[in-house]
Amino acid sequence: MTATTTPPSPTATAPAEAPVAAASVLAVLASGDRPARPGPLSSSLTHGWRALLKIKHVPEQLFDVTMFPVMMLLLFTYLFGGALGGSTQEYVQTFVPGILVSTVVMITMYTGVGLNNDMQKGVSDRFRSLPSWRPAAIVGALLGDAVRYTIASVVILGLGVAIGFRPEGGVPGLVAGVAVLLVFAFSLSWVWTLLGLVLETEKAVMGTSMMILFPLTFASNIYVDPETMPSWLQGVVEVNPISRVVDAVRSLMAGSFEASQLGWVTVAAVAFVAVFAPLTMRRYRLQD
Amino acid sequence: MTLTDTQPQGGRPAAALAPPAIEARGLVKTFGETRAVDGLDLVVPTGGVYGVLGPNGAGKTTTLRMLATLSVPDGGTARLLGHDVVAEPDAVRSRVSLTGQFASLDEDLTGRENMVLLGLLLGLGRRRARARAVELVDAFGLTEAADRQVKTYSGGMRRRLDIAASLVVTPDVLFLDEPTTGLDPRSRNQVWDIIRALVTAGTTVLLTTQYLDEADQLADRIAVIDRGRVIAEGTPGQLKASVGGGSLHLRVADPDERFAAVRILSEALGTEVAIEADPAAVSARLEDAERVAHGLVELSRAGISVSEMSLGQPSLDEVFLALTDHPATTPDDTEEAA
Repeated sequence: MTATTTPPSPTATAPAEAPVAAASVLAVLASGDRPARPGPLSSSLTHGWRALLKIKHVPEQLFDVTMFPVMMLLLFTYLFGGALGGSTQEYVQTFVPGILVSTVVMITMYTGVGLNNDMQKGVSDRFRSLPSWRPAAIVGALLGDAVRYTIASVVILGLGVAIGFRPEGGVPGLVAGVAVLLVFAFSLSWVWTLLGLVLETEKAVMGTSMMILFPLTFASNIYVDPETMPSWLQGVVEVNPISRVVDAVRSLMAGSFEASQLGWVTVAAVAFVAVFAPLTMRRYRLQD
Repeated sequence: MTLTDTQPQGGRPAAALAPPAIEARGLVKTFGETRAVDGLDLVVPTGGVYGVLGPNGAGKTTTLRMLATLSVPDGGTARLLGHDVVAEPDAVRSRVSLTGQFASLDEDLTGRENMVLLGLLLGLGRRRARARAVELVDAFGLTEAADRQVKTYSGGMRRRLDIAASLVVTPDVLFLDEPTTGLDPRSRNQVWDIIRALVTAGTTVLLTTQYLDEADQLADRIAVIDRGRVIAEGTPGQLKASVGGGSLHLRVADPDERFAAVRILSEALGTEVAIEADPAAVSARLEDAERVAHGLVELSRAGISVSEMSLGQPSLDEVFLALTDHPATTPDDTEEAA
């Protein structure tokens, strides 16, 4: 396997494995200049590009952001809508923003699963050994996830409108609602990135996130009017952050702007990032 | 036991002035109760190939991960080209690359996309990152496979792409963790050729291996590690000399003559000759390979014909037995957990 003089003929039915020519390996090593280290934004966007490439190559992973919410929306609306909201039409008006929040919040857990997978496969070793801004791998993955959240939002709102959801806020209200939800989802994701690093396996990450998210999304004002619940449960719903996000999204989509609700979501978002992002990065740095 | 002769290696005068490529003092890494690396000292000169030889669980991978800043040592210090791995990790990262035992690539992406991704993360810019990806996949014989997902690659292709990924920006020091483990002989030779080319271009290569043969083929110096410590260090010649001349394997044409052959050989070689499971085969560990010729002459004089004969280097097991008085196996593979 020394330096070959004949280049592999493109016409021949060449196997995928062409020989390695020592001379050609030598040639690619010639360049000695070291490029300047890219900035945090550029690195994060590059990692975001990686997430989009993964969607392109493994489109099945969009299943959970398209088919699942469609199923949930149709099931709840037509099966329980009449009983829960008086009529299907009435129920849809409050349920669509609710299921939107529920769906996006549920799929934030895949951030942790993806990160855990990267650690297991060893690809994060490659990223961690580069002289670049370390949080970029995680921030970039979250940016890629924001694309998934947006797709899920478009699917739900599109179908919602098709089955009778008529928000008074119109398109600006919908956009504002989705924007607030994306901010919340981005900040909540840092909880799962920490879990993804701390827990050993993908299954453990998934199971633990589900155990937190399932009660959190159900014990909220998404599916049922809290006034029908026992008073102790109303208390739970009241302090559940998901309920507050749902309130904010519903208001925006209904065309009203309530500073206190938005302020609450902002505080929650900042708090999640302030607590969990440093913990995640510390763990990422100290990972063996 | 120390094999280090204090004579500096000839031909590298620059090494005396510049800091060594790698200098580790008393490195320690523990996982729970296990001391995976237990006071390891290593000095690797600039240029050439340095081999780290040891069985599974000896602490090879853990050591490499600490040197490449992927794992923080629990004790001791390590400097790469003069930069401390804990205090100046970014300076170290910009000078070294690590190709791990398991391909550290995104399997969902194509080979080309992986290369472009790393180029961008290293700051090449879009145009140069794309051009560099083409250069690398071409040089490593992966042009045809460049636009296929990495998960469809064979083991050898994956390993080559992984090495290519470490060269997107040419490193001063390249760590290769068992680069040929699990490869077929053809792929292994390709990897060896790549390593030789890298060294010619001036990169310092630190490779870990379980095979004495591989270390012997490639390395200028070898450190043997066991239970997280260096137990011997020296040139391949020094190392093998310390173990003895290797082993003789021989098959006689007529199995009935085997015991006669054992008697004649043990006398001629002055060492114990063992019979093997194969009814026609015998083997012996040699102190001195020169005496084999004498043994063969004696066999032919006795009218015993030999159908097959081979002289082997001492195996890693034999090196270990000689150096540690215990075989090259450890009960727990702490490395795998890392």
